[in-house]
Amino acid sequence: MKASLNARTIIVALVVAGLLLLPVYTTLSGNMFGLTLFTRIIIYALAAASLNLIMGYGGMMSFGHAAYLGIGGYAVGILAHEGIGSGFIQWPVALAASALFALVIGALSLRTRGVYFIMITLAFAQMAYYVASGLARYGGDDGLTIYKRSDFGGLIDLSNRVQFYYLCLFCLFGGIYLIWRIVNSRFGMVVQGLRSNERRMQAIGFPVNRYKLVCFVISGTICGLAGALLANNTDFVSPAAMYWTRSGDLMVMVILGGMGSLFGPVLGTIAFLLLEEALSQFTEYWALIMGPLLLLIVLFARGGIDGMLGRARRG
Amino acid sequence: MLLVVEQFLNGLQFGLLLFLLAAGLTLVFGIMDFVNLAHGSLYMMGAYFAATFVAWTGNFVLGCVLALGATLLLGILLEFVALRHLYNRDHLDHVLATFGLILFFNDAVRLIWGPAGLALPLPPWLTVPFQIMPGVYYPAYRLAIIVVALLVALLLYLVVMRTRIGMLIRAGASNREMIGALGINIKLLYTLVFGLGAALAGLAGLMQAPILTVQIGMGENILILAFVIIVIGGIGSIRGAFLAAIFVGMIDTLGRAFLPDLLRQVLSSAAASTAAPALSSMLIYLLMAIVLVVRPEGLFPAGRP
Repeated sequence: MKASLNARTIIVALVVAGLLLLPVYTTLSGNMFGLTLFTRIIIYALAAASLNLIMGYGGMMSFGHAAYLGIGGYAVGILAHEGIGSGFIQWPVALAASALFALVIGALSLRTRGVYFIMITLAFAQMAYYVASGLARYGGDDGLTIYKRSDFGGLIDLSNRVQFYYLCLFCLFGGIYLIWRIVNSRFGMVVQGLRSNERRMQAIGFPVNRYKLVCFVISGTICGLAGALLANNTDFVSPAAMYWTRSGDLMVMVILGGMGSLFGPVLGTIAFLLLEEALSQFTEYWALIMGPLLLLIVLFARGGIDGMLGRARRG
Repeated sequence: MLLVVEQFLNGLQFGLLLFLLAAGLTLVFGIMDFVNLAHGSLYMMGAYFAATFVAWTGNFVLGCVLALGATLLLGILLEFVALRHLYNRDHLDHVLATFGLILFFNDAVRLIWGPAGLALPLPPWLTVPFQIMPGVYYPAYRLAIIVVALLVALLLYLVVMRTRIGMLIRAGASNREMIGALGINIKLLYTLVFGLGAALAGLAGLMQAPILTVQIGMGENILILAFVIIVIGGIGSIRGAFLAAIFVGMIDTLGRAFLPDLLRQVLSSAAASTAAPALSSMLIYLLMAIVLVVRPEGLFPAGRP
């Protein structure tokens, strides 16, 4: 146990160091593509980490998590379109909108359990998708181009790739730190207790749904931040960001990395997106290999990458 | 009046088609407790098989029968090779594995048939308009879909309610451990049910094919609709799936047809024409959300197929 635990720690440490030092490598080698790719990976990793909070620790299988990516993105895009370019306004609005959406759909969805919960979260995300498609003023189906990235005064320049990369990385580590604090707090213990046995927690006297709802809202808010980052990264936001296959991608990243493990989603996202990238370099039909690979991972590698590295008692 | 009748029949036709898809899904879901996202891929494969076999044999009916058989075999093969090993895993593993299958099927189709869509031309005897009422004509093919789907629904009802296999299926839906303990060969039953579901999905796909183009990803939108239906109807309930499918088909079709005009009464013309498509697409999800909030287990909770 001790040895396998070390393997896991070493991998995580290597990944963290690698992510921190990546811009040095790309600047020296002039390989800016790597930086762009990893900026995207880091943003998705943040989204996956937020999904992991409710899925891995809270046992709430949300199949509509991409909705927050879209909402965060549209908050930035719409404000930019209306001439409000300040990040100090855009980002808080993105977070608040995501939180509000999570509050409303969480309050309704948490009445259901199991597969029904998976499906109702999906339904709400699809609704958000169709609302965005109907926003004719903001591009409708075609999406909305963002001509100027969020402006943070002189503090940080989002158009500078390296600065933007470090901002994304800062958000990812901040998000993971927050999740770590939450998971190990009394609140987090209650939420994990709910995943194990909801009835007992209720019998002990915890207001079950309120705990779940708060956890759901926190997760949605973090994912909204990822959405704001994503919109700035691509200078573009479209309804496709909320389509259900995107939610599926996020789920795959979490499960691939290992549910209920702190760094699992990061590893899962890196593996998923790098694999996608590598396979698509190799063949146009990358999904032909990716699909069966996912099947094999489910069949033979339970617990995802984190599980293979050896699981500690708690992340 | 003419338009109302036509749209009503369109809604019925779409609803019945959705029922074929949802019936297979709800059987697999209710009995094996298996979430099969790849059900939409089987629907797509049914359409592609039909387009191929019809072009190959030159006979529409023969081609469709062959396509149906091919989808059935594909479903059984899929169950046998991969999916049966997943039954005792949790739903998330199902989602991940069958999500992988969707990726696989989409690219396999792209590799075999190419990225462009296919057309499945109708034989002349199905293209004539059919007079359903004095002065009201309706495409014969859509009418044929309604008839075939109703027959299949009836057959399914008879099989599930009146035969021994059906009895086992119902028993499996209400208590899986018990029928295993009673000495029923569950593995065989599961394979059979999965094959049946695949064939139903294939049937829906090949019947829809002449109306829409046969293309990659055609199964994904409709899969979500099928999921919405079985959730509204109550997972594992065929009767629930039937009612919910008709309901959803009607809402979707009638919403698309009449909502723009309705909205124009209250909104400006421009605002209505942009809001209406989004709103009519949302209606179904809104319906599902309302049903789940009021009845978290669907309209007809399982155990009553």
